[in-house]
Amino acid sequence: MTDALTKMLSERDWVMADGATGTNLFNMGLSSGDAPELWNADEPQNIKKLYSLAVDAGSDLFLTNTFGGNASRLKLHNAESRVRELNRLGAALGREVADASGRTVIVAGSVGPTGEIMAPMGSLTHELAVEMFHEQAEGLKEGGADVLWLETISAPEEYKAAAEAFALAGMPWCGTMSFDTAGRTMMGVTSASMVDMVEALPNPPIAFGANCGVGASDLMRTVLGFIASGTERPVIAKGNAGIPKYVDGHIHYDGTPELMGAYACLARDAGARIIGGCCGTMPEHLKAMRAALESTPKGPRPTLEDIAVKLGGFSSASDGTGDQSDAPARSRRNSRRRT
Amino acid sequence: MSEEDDIILSELDDEELVQQMMDDLYDGLKEEIEEGVNILLERGWTPYDVLTKALVAGMTIVGHDFRDGILFVPEVLLAANAMKGGMAILKPLLAETGAPRMGKMVIGTVKGDIHDIGKNLVSMMMEGAGFEVVDLGINNAVEAYLEALDSEKPDILGMSALLTTTMPYMKVVIDTLKEKGIRDDYVVLVGGAPLNEEFGRAIGADAYCRDAAVAVETAKDFMSRRHNQMNG
Repeated sequence: MTDALTKMLSERDWVMADGATGTNLFNMGLSSGDAPELWNADEPQNIKKLYSLAVDAGSDLFLTNTFGGNASRLKLHNAESRVRELNRLGAALGREVADASGRTVIVAGSVGPTGEIMAPMGSLTHELAVEMFHEQAEGLKEGGADVLWLETISAPEEYKAAAEAFALAGMPWCGTMSFDTAGRTMMGVTSASMVDMVEALPNPPIAFGANCGVGASDLMRTVLGFIASGTERPVIAKGNAGIPKYVDGHIHYDGTPELMGAYACLARDAGARIIGGCCGTMPEHLKAMRAALESTPKGPRPTLEDIAVKLGGFSSASDGTGDQSDAPARSRRNSRRRT
Repeated sequence: MSEEDDIILSELDDEELVQQMMDDLYDGLKEEIEEGVNILLERGWTPYDVLTKALVAGMTIVGHDFRDGILFVPEVLLAANAMKGGMAILKPLLAETGAPRMGKMVIGTVKGDIHDIGKNLVSMMMEGAGFEVVDLGINNAVEAYLEALDSEKPDILGMSALLTTTMPYMKVVIDTLKEKGIRDDYVVLVGGAPLNEEFGRAIGADAYCRDAAVAVETAKDFMSRRHNQMNG
């Protein structure tokens, strides 16, 4: 049987995803430092509200409130024994909201990073990472998620471990990385090297792409990098609503709904198939994005200059792809191997 | 490269050996660094000279290439690990010989924030640069910072936050230091993905550090200014 997301992608030019989770939950009274996932059990009405905000604003797909729902993250709240339960509940609440919407809405089971550095640099082994992701995947599957959704990943090792876990759970999946360091992920992955990694997986995702990062402009540059590789696989764009600014004791993302509308159309014109927001993307942004996508005819693929004009400049001169990749800055003595 | 003759560290003269150690640090070769440190000590180098002229100098190159987007976190972690191997040998000797200190930093993520990869990276790079680092871990309330400042007497206070919801807490800490009249006793450095220079200024920090390499440079900068003030 074809999964719901693959079916939707075959019927539409673009699919609109959701926006921020944390930003919305904090508005509902979640204190910073608390695990949002606990609300799947303690404040289910707020979580349903969160999902409804995205659905009512026109999202065809939303992510469950399970981003930090792996054992490694929940351990920081002494809730590592509740991984399966909290993920099941998070997905089940999503299922309820999606099924009551009167149209097809995809429930995507969010899976975020473990927060650990993987071996050999760090202490998290591949086996343990697979086990943690698998446990979370089974909970999301039980709760009725249509698809699993890996996001904000920096390390290719972690992306691969999650892919392996999702195969164990027998679930279709999508996976995005966060390109926040001079156009690369924190661990140095470029858009081009992510494409290579994704295509080499034994169970590649339905769609892959970028989320979060620095701002809408940088994210668009990454999307262009994916497309330039010639990939046939649907590309996901989930950018932040601008850059966070400090205003009167509060943090405010400077991206307006109009800017996010322009970003959504640029993402589509660049070739992204699943388009949404990330941090700071509120329901009013989503509405503007949906309206812009529906009312603006598809245009030619934007250039970097078009993006800079419409969304603002980039955070770094290069994104590490093409001619600029791995340019040696100093002459190195020969490395040596010692026996 | 594989055809190349093995290099015997003990056969190199001092200058070549230091060059080689810089390369080995860059490549994250821990055992080679440990061997190099021991050879220099045997040749009568002071522990302080080994630290500053070989290790810190080597890590500075790593830091610059990290800052410039040539090296990324995995390579830096390997280099820091090699550095740590050398430091383990030097640390007791440095204490014995009463060598001058680079400076001391207390660091932790602020209350509500449990994301610590960035903070850990700064700790490692600061140690790599020869600083003494007291890591308070995650989720620190203002009381925890105050207590550590009191007991550790550091030169620098570092605060880290990954969330836009937790970064305003940095201002709470700085405001408390001001109230207590001890703000100027410390260099306050802040960092974290959603921060920027404007934010650092707005909350009254001495500097915002974009990444771990910048944190090290900024810390060195402030320490040398401090020393100049004291001497002058």
